[in-house]
Amino acid sequence: MSGSMPILSLTTFLPLLGAALILILKGDAGAVARNARYIALWTSLITFAVSLVIWFQFDRSVVGFQFVEKMEWLPLLDINYHMGIDGISMTFVLLSTLLTPICILASWESIEKRVKEYMIAFLGLETMMVGTFCALDFVAFYIFFEAVLIPMYLIIGIWGGPRRVYSAVKFFLYTLTGSVLMLLAILAMYTIAGTTDIPTLMGYSFDPAIQNWLWLALFASFAVKVPMWPVHTWLPDAHVEAPTAGSVILAGVLLKMGAYGFLRFSIPMLPEASAYFTPLVYAMSVVAVIYTSLIALAQEDMKKLIAYSSVAHMGFVTAGIFSMTQQGLEGALFQMLSHGVVSGALFLCVGVIYDRLHTREIARYGGLVHRMPKYAVVFMIFTMASVGLPGTSGFIGEFLVMVGVFKDNTWVALLIATGVILGAAYMLWLYRRIIFGELVKEDLKTMLDLSLREKVIFAPLLLLVFWMGIYPISFTSIFGPTVTDFIQDYGPRMEAVAGDPAATTQ
Amino acid sequence: MTLDVAIVALPLLGALIAGIGNRRIGDHAAQWITSGLMLAVMVISWITFFDVTGSGATRTTELFTWFETGSFRAAWAVRIDQLSAVMLIVVTTVSAMVHVYSIGYMHHDKSVPRFMAYLSFFTFCMLMLVTADNFIQMFFGWEGVGLSSYLLIGFWYDRPTANAAAIKAFLVNRVGDFGFALGIMGVFLVFNTVEFKPLFDTIIAGQTPPTFNFIGYEVDTLTALCLLLFVGAMGKSAQLFLHTWLPDAMEGPTPVSALIHAATMVTAGVFMVCRLSPMFEYAPYAKEVVTVVGASTAFFAATVGLTQNDIKRVIAYSTCSQLGYMFFAAGVGAYGAAMFHLFTHAFFKALLFLCAGSVIHAMSGEQDMRKMGGIYKLIPTTYTLMWIGNIALAGVGIPGVFGFAGFYSKDSILESAFAAHSSVGMYAFWLGIIGAVMTAFYSWRLIYMTFHNKPRASHDVMHHVHESPWVMLAPLFVLAAGAILTGFVWHESFVGSEMEHFWGQAIHFAATNEVPHHAHDVPLWVKLLPLAAGLIGILFATYAYLVQKGLPAAIANALKPLYLMSYNKWYFDELYDAIFVNPAKALGRFLWKKGDGAIVDGAVDGFAWLTGSWFAKRASALQSGYVYHYAFVMLIGIVAMVSWYIFAFGK
Repeated sequence: MSGSMPILSLTTFLPLLGAALILILKGDAGAVARNARYIALWTSLITFAVSLVIWFQFDRSVVGFQFVEKMEWLPLLDINYHMGIDGISMTFVLLSTLLTPICILASWESIEKRVKEYMIAFLGLETMMVGTFCALDFVAFYIFFEAVLIPMYLIIGIWGGPRRVYSAVKFFLYTLTGSVLMLLAILAMYTIAGTTDIPTLMGYSFDPAIQNWLWLALFASFAVKVPMWPVHTWLPDAHVEAPTAGSVILAGVLLKMGAYGFLRFSIPMLPEASAYFTPLVYAMSVVAVIYTSLIALAQEDMKKLIAYSSVAHMGFVTAGIFSMTQQGLEGALFQMLSHGVVSGALFLCVGVIYDRLHTREIARYGGLVHRMPKYAVVFMIFTMASVGLPGTSGFIGEFLVMVGVFKDNTWVALLIATGVILGAAYMLWLYRRIIFGELVKEDLKTMLDLSLREKVIFAPLLLLVFWMGIYPISFTSIFGPTVTDFIQDYGPRMEAVAGDPAATTQ
Repeated sequence: MTLDVAIVALPLLGALIAGIGNRRIGDHAAQWITSGLMLAVMVISWITFFDVTGSGATRTTELFTWFETGSFRAAWAVRIDQLSAVMLIVVTTVSAMVHVYSIGYMHHDKSVPRFMAYLSFFTFCMLMLVTADNFIQMFFGWEGVGLSSYLLIGFWYDRPTANAAAIKAFLVNRVGDFGFALGIMGVFLVFNTVEFKPLFDTIIAGQTPPTFNFIGYEVDTLTALCLLLFVGAMGKSAQLFLHTWLPDAMEGPTPVSALIHAATMVTAGVFMVCRLSPMFEYAPYAKEVVTVVGASTAFFAATVGLTQNDIKRVIAYSTCSQLGYMFFAAGVGAYGAAMFHLFTHAFFKALLFLCAGSVIHAMSGEQDMRKMGGIYKLIPTTYTLMWIGNIALAGVGIPGVFGFAGFYSKDSILESAFAAHSSVGMYAFWLGIIGAVMTAFYSWRLIYMTFHNKPRASHDVMHHVHESPWVMLAPLFVLAAGAILTGFVWHESFVGSEMEHFWGQAIHFAATNEVPHHAHDVPLWVKLLPLAAGLIGILFATYAYLVQKGLPAAIANALKPLYLMSYNKWYFDELYDAIFVNPAKALGRFLWKKGDGAIVDGAVDGFAWLTGSWFAKRASALQSGYVYHYAFVMLIGIVAMVSWYIFAFGK
């Protein structure tokens, strides 16, 4: 399947090479910082260019893993270095490689201290993210999945805001607690099935008696990552303290890892347990959507508001996944991509004015449209994408999820649909307080509109928001066949448990 | 057909040129490019209209597939049939006139290109809505016009009231769209398609599954779906309970009120019900609900219109009320009458709004009728045009000879309601008649307060009163022609003897629906009563505002509770604030501080406290140069754990 080039390994480890280059930079501090920035930017751009090969060479008609690489790693234990992507993971690899150069550009001026270390952390982060989505061995996955925490922890803890230590520790504690349980699950699965090979495990039938325990152990980890209510409280704090680029990656990619876990592990490996726990997931999703939307209405801090909205949007994703319908699953995957772009962009929007005024307090702004009309337009477009306006990416994901969930459970669909109303309420209210009104505050009167660098950052995201909204088939055709196959493989086993008639591939 | 696509595409092009070009191309270029394109689209639309309604050559041009997941599929398409053709001429004509009018009305605004771009963008969305051949594109247009409406209501973004009104409009519409979206999902669940043609074919062929399960109940399929979809229509068309945004929307510039909040967008709900006539025809209970809601709105809004003092708000409530008439016409099965009133109303109501704009323009921005008066000699053209609009609205004419537009369309609606011979039909008929009295009354009250009696404005303002420039008056003449002629010219086509040929397959009548035919055979008194109602209203207004001038105040005092009820719009805003808005805000704050803060984080922090001092010490090292050590320790820790477990369990 793969060509002669180990394209996935290349995409994964190229950033590390760049990080190594930055590591050996020496000399005058200013020059080191400048060189570190350029090396990081070029590395991430080259990585993105390499990953574009995946976009063009990926065979959309094929179901199953492509670009597969497999080497012996720990032969004694039958653990291999196994990489590969399918329709589910492919888009996330590209999302990661796209957002990284954007983040590096976004940090260009706002990061002034320890630039060298920052860039190393960011490139390391990229390696771990891409690796997480490519790994086809549970051990390698686990290492990537957990190692993501390290650079993220550092990015929040060193370059974050005033309460960065509290937030970093909270972030770390939450996610690590989940990880330990996941590790136990991996070990148990290895003990039972005798392999950590993901494709093999996806076809393995675990004893239903043990499935529920394994499922809960995995769920503990994934639910924190998503994050699902009620284990979401680390997210607002982490976002608030993280530097802009950290928030972008956190919202854009890291949150997707939990949902990816459900799709790669929970459902394929433990379908009976997944069916058993579907009502739980539905309930948590519904609460997440309504509860966090209401909380978002009350926020006074821009980043917190968007962070809470992320939890609500991810509630759509988890509900869509567990609907096990074609539209629900495709919608969930689409919503993840869309949210990656849109929430990333919204955090960048916050970053733009944070860089100018160094406060996230909504009340400190108002009337920015007078000084920053271009910024107002960009912010408006992403606001509309966030509230799911048709024609933007947000609509397709949200609507597909609701259609899919409606087929499975009309109550859940009805309840999460209220999120569409509340979402509009908090986003428009945010926009109105920051952008509209008279420009009266003195320190706002000197603010400058978007710089060239900022325009370059937003341009690809704007393009994506409209492309995904107007011609989403470019993206759904990547995961559509995989989803159909997914439902055929695991739907019947889930139906057998739940007596769930909706798991069809219509 | 390329021309069909051009109708939709040209306004978008205009919006993009004016929006992106903005200051670079300047005010004049933006005005003339957008207006020029709209005029061109208007001409094409009229050609299309005559072509389609004459030859019956309906067609759908599919551009490309929008999305496709499983059988959930929709395409970007331009569907031209009789129904969309009527909407095309309504939308493009009023839009073109409003574009031109805005050149004059907005000439000293500082954001002219932005305004023109919004107007054109709105027109694009509205055209996407009416030419959709599936629910999803309709929803696209539906939300798109909502966005344009939001942007235009809040066009003067310095004003807090404008911002609040814009958000309110968007949110109330979202509540409606919530129902609309659930309806679409239900349609897909039951029929496995969201495209109109296969959907309608299935229903007309009688293959509708009788029930489906919705939130735990086995509900009648078409009744449930139609009611859900109708919630969307209620939001967009400002029907009772979801109407509160429309009067506030008057915060937008007046040309916007004419285009969006009178002639086009707010009629989208009526259009939707007519478009979905194959569904509603087989959902009799849903039709009754539509009738009752429409009739109640027609009555309610008219009562509020009686006492408002803001010139635009009077017309806004009038719009709300007239939309109610359209809905109860559709509800009793007289879709042709509903569309006919939609068509004529667009002309005379846009005319009234633009005349109001002309008055406001003349009065240096004043909108309160209590501060007007005595200006009919100063702006005679506007005054005359306002009379034309009012006569058309009140439905005055000489039976069998000639009447202004509303004379034909409103009569046709009331006759249909009577001819339904049902209890909801009679409810609608009588409320409609009472509404007609009130309509005429508040229309002439508006004329007398605005133009007659002694001037109540300051000397300064009176000194500046002037007739509008030709660029504003010319569009008014076009609309006035519509207000005078459309009823007379087209009543045979829309609701008369040529009805079946005119509508073709675009509107579906069930075999049991005989209302459109019986509407012509109602007793004579039913035919004359609407005219009498209008004349009574006019005479009473004349008496109260020109002759016995103390009368209005005396009545208001005598019927104080009723007066306050009307003046305060039946207290809907206060009610909604008390039961929805404020509790939502309070709940959000409570969940944040108590739910997230005290309970969830309390538990987490409690756990963290146990290990707290240890962590705090280590964590503080972050700031003092131990970064690498820390990262290294974490990495080692993970690898160590992994290794240990693998070796412990692996063997």
